[in-house]
Amino acid sequence: MTANGGNRQGRLRDRPDPYQADNVTGQTRTRPAARGDARPMRGHGPHPPSLAWKALATRWQRGLVGLAAFLLLAQLLGRSGVLSRPVLPLASTVLVRAAGLVGNPRFLIDLAATFEAWSAGLAIAVALAVPCGLVLGNVPGVRTATRALVDFLRPIPAVVLIPLAALLLGPGLRMNVTLIAYAAAWPVLLNTIYGLDDVDPLAKDTLRAFGFGRIAVIRRVCLPSAAPFIVTGIRLASSVALVVSIGVGVVTGRIDGNGIGAFIADASTSAPNTDVVLAAALWAGVLGLALNALIAWAGRRALPWHHDPGEPG
Amino acid sequence: MNRIAVRWLVLAAGCAAWQAWAAWHHSPFFPPPSAIVARMYDLWFSGPATHLLLTPGATSNILPSLGRVCGGLAIAIAVGVPLGIALGRSAAASAYLEPLLHFGRSLPAVAFVTVFTIAFSLGTQSEIAFIAFGTTWPILLNTIDGARSVDPLQAETARAFRLPLGSRITKLIVPATLPKLFAGLRISVSLALVLMVVSELVGSSNGIGYQMNSASGDYDLTGLWAGIVLLGMLGYALNAAVLGIEHQVLAWHRGAHRLTS
Repeated sequence: MTANGGNRQGRLRDRPDPYQADNVTGQTRTRPAARGDARPMRGHGPHPPSLAWKALATRWQRGLVGLAAFLLLAQLLGRSGVLSRPVLPLASTVLVRAAGLVGNPRFLIDLAATFEAWSAGLAIAVALAVPCGLVLGNVPGVRTATRALVDFLRPIPAVVLIPLAALLLGPGLRMNVTLIAYAAAWPVLLNTIYGLDDVDPLAKDTLRAFGFGRIAVIRRVCLPSAAPFIVTGIRLASSVALVVSIGVGVVTGRIDGNGIGAFIADASTSAPNTDVVLAAALWAGVLGLALNALIAWAGRRALPWHHDPGEPG
Repeated sequence: MNRIAVRWLVLAAGCAAWQAWAAWHHSPFFPPPSAIVARMYDLWFSGPATHLLLTPGATSNILPSLGRVCGGLAIAIAVGVPLGIALGRSAAASAYLEPLLHFGRSLPAVAFVTVFTIAFSLGTQSEIAFIAFGTTWPILLNTIDGARSVDPLQAETARAFRLPLGSRITKLIVPATLPKLFAGLRISVSLALVLMVVSELVGSSNGIGYQMNSASGDYDLTGLWAGIVLLGMLGYALNAAVLGIEHQVLAWHRGAHRLTS
């Protein structure tokens, strides 16, 4: 069994790397795991459920121990004076500050503003990028023609456009949302195209043979089969959107309107309040994890036919 | 050949359309491409031949920016790769650190820019540390993934033959890690450019971001566009460089796939 099993696994692992990059665009192909992937399914492995639970419990336990050890180490380094206190505050100070931010109305308004910009920018990006991706993925001529344009625009990071957008659109939510939409559109667009490249040609040919038109083929085969890729693209876009919205706030400050970035800019200009900045950044990380989990959950709800065993929690 | 020609033709047509539109409208926000190219030439590439045509403006702004990107990436690789290999090969160690690492990755690096300027005092040092902090995560997490993907059969064989640790790392683990490592490196390279620009926009005394900041202060939109185009070109070039290295280093990898499939 061992030799056979090892062999089989070895061959499965030799398949093209799911993260292999497209040689031209350089974008990481984030291929969602298909059914029957070599990776073990959580909770459905060869072990009985009780053992799986035990393994999960050990993982949690170890993770918590690691977290506690890290905080303790940071605290000790701060107390002993290895890290200078005004620059890098104690871990306990940051945690207390982070807990205190929950009751800070200014911070809550900024958190809500960041969420607003994030959702509006991401929605615009999806509404623009998915139809564009459908066209680029289905019409080879358009794709060849726009290749050079895409290759030249994609490396321009959204933060580079901040000064131009500030002059062009004026500071405020409009500029923030525009930059988020620009940055978030790329992962959605590229993942939609990859998803369409991955559609089973046999299924398309079968439908065509039965007399279905181009639109019907796209609606019945291409979209359902590319949907998991699109969800992955939206998840990548979500974290990009968060980074851009905070980046814009940090660079332009409070004139750009509310947001976690503006909150951080305020805390850094008035006095070196690194503990407030770190506490706000901590919440930004929590927000990022929560939004990621939300999209993953929505993806699972919307695509019940696609079970992704490799989904990180 | 024909396809490539079509690609460039479309791009050229787009530029020509922009040029015509700009000549018609005289919009201050969208200067014609010819003006942008002329400004780029004036700003950076009209220097003496002895300096490879670089002007003093180029050597005092582009080179520091590039140096920061490379310095930050070098630190990120030096930290992320050994740590990632160690964590990827030790299930226990990664179980202890995994939640911490996943949370660290989810922290938006741009939020920390001011902390780094305070901790390292304004200047190149803080910018390199900031870029290194942000770019370590993708390299580290991808290296962990890659080191985990070592074929168990090969690992067992190496152990059975009592291969010493050093050659086990160089002959078995590193080659298995490289494809994932490069995937992470490519993410980090484009991230490094973003972090470089943010740190220079927030506060710096030189660099491309600094130059763009002063251009926007003077309402010099052509200068601003020149910076945008330059950064796009740098992003394209850095990405192409990493792809080229990957192509060389992973030639055996593609060869092996062709053999098995």
